[in-house]
Amino acid sequence: MNGDAGIIIVGAGECGARAALGLRENGYRRKITLIGDEVHLPYERPPLSKKVLLDHAEPRLPAVLNDLALAEKAIRHIGGASADAIDAAGKRLILSDGRALSYDKLLLTTGAAPRRLANTPASSRILYLRTMDDAIALRSHIRANMHVAVLGGGFIGLEVAASARSYGAKVTVIESQERILKRGVPELIAETITALHQRNGVAVKCGVAVLGIEADERHVGISLSDGKVIAADVLVVGIGAQPRTELAVKTGIAVDNGIAVNEHLETSIADIFAAGDCCSFPHPLYGGRRLRLEAWRNAQDQGILAAANLMGAARCYQAVPYFWSDQFDHTLQIAGLVDEGRTVVRRDLDDGAFILFHLDAEQRLVAASGVGPGNRIAKDIKLSEMLIAKRIMPPIEALTDGVNLKSLLPKAA
Amino acid sequence: MTNWVDACAADEIDQEDVVRFDHAGRTFAIYRSPDDEYFVTDGLCTHEKIHLADGLVIDDTIECPKHNGRFSYKTGEARGAPVCVNLKTYPVKVEGDRVMIGLGA
Repeated sequence: MNGDAGIIIVGAGECGARAALGLRENGYRRKITLIGDEVHLPYERPPLSKKVLLDHAEPRLPAVLNDLALAEKAIRHIGGASADAIDAAGKRLILSDGRALSYDKLLLTTGAAPRRLANTPASSRILYLRTMDDAIALRSHIRANMHVAVLGGGFIGLEVAASARSYGAKVTVIESQERILKRGVPELIAETITALHQRNGVAVKCGVAVLGIEADERHVGISLSDGKVIAADVLVVGIGAQPRTELAVKTGIAVDNGIAVNEHLETSIADIFAAGDCCSFPHPLYGGRRLRLEAWRNAQDQGILAAANLMGAARCYQAVPYFWSDQFDHTLQIAGLVDEGRTVVRRDLDDGAFILFHLDAEQRLVAASGVGPGNRIAKDIKLSEMLIAKRIMPPIEALTDGVNLKSLLPKAA
Repeated sequence: MTNWVDACAADEIDQEDVVRFDHAGRTFAIYRSPDDEYFVTDGLCTHEKIHLADGLVIDDTIECPKHNGRFSYKTGEARGAPVCVNLKTYPVKVEGDRVMIGLGA
């Protein structure tokens, strides 16, 4: 036994940082070591596609933990280090520089990495966006009158497109599917977002495949299946992400679309937990369906829950999935899983904002999605999240008629 | 010396809800509790400067509309991640049917 070895967290993003903080909040007194492969202090990623690109002065790291907080909480942060192997029998983590660190318990919060395009030329003009350094590199290429091509009409691509437009760049979004936001977002909302982008001067090209890419250090040429060639100054690739499971695979930990954990976030090997973007977990609200979420809230909440369970709490993760995206002056929010729905009920709010309620075959609310200017939809989405968690079957008229959703919540005893 | 500012009509805020109030270049959130007491805090969340008036009030809690940071609107206390800095609160009184907030000298 390594009685005083403490807890090692591999991955210093939102999830790992929240876990470290959670351990201290819960009164954990032994060593906490937070290992990240980036040199930066732990930071939040959502601003990377927005505020960090748009800050006109020097971009500021949206830190979750600064040096003072790390010192106060006695959290040891090792940045710029990668974990090479886990000696599960000896309960040691081996770093790539050869150091071996003992642990009592280990938490993997290794996150996800952008899916890369195969067979593309090496060029500083082909960029991905996941890290602070990526964002800083991207900033330097976004200028008024430059042509920014974005491959992938998902959230990262669309948020980058919106940010680039606000610099006055020319922007083209290329999506191989017949519409943007094909995964997890209802068509009606995708239409609204498409119109929003077009109104703001973004060219949105759907249903076109990329046949080839040519690039040097100044230009990128993208040949499309419709015969056109897009000549851009920079290409931002946002075609999804993959869970970072290499370390788990090497260790013999079960992997199933991410590091497979149970409802307590335990992996298949004792004393090793996983949380956040890197893991897949069974969700009790959806019949134990195994999910992997790439979302800030999930990363935060699973980090906090993992902290409790590393100390033996054995709590189940059952938070309603929640996601938001900001583009131009609009916000999109989704609570629950849209694809669990069989019927859709619409509620219109002011200023063109609307909410879609997604009901399953028993008319239970399983998701709510919405879009609108500002935070117009936020209250209704939050209340929907509470209704989903309580497995409510709301009357359809109440959803369409604009009844305060709060009245549909069970009254506290 | 408290400077009392007439902010809104008392019935302009629903029970267990919040409205925005802007005054002299500053922005505030005014709350009406489930038992009809009124409270005032700074308008912007201490995490990412999102306006709290679009957030949800449940009991004595306001939840930020974007990142779900929670505060007690009665005391300003931050209640867990991602918020860690308390909200500033201000005195409030109801005179007749008007909500008055105290903004310092």
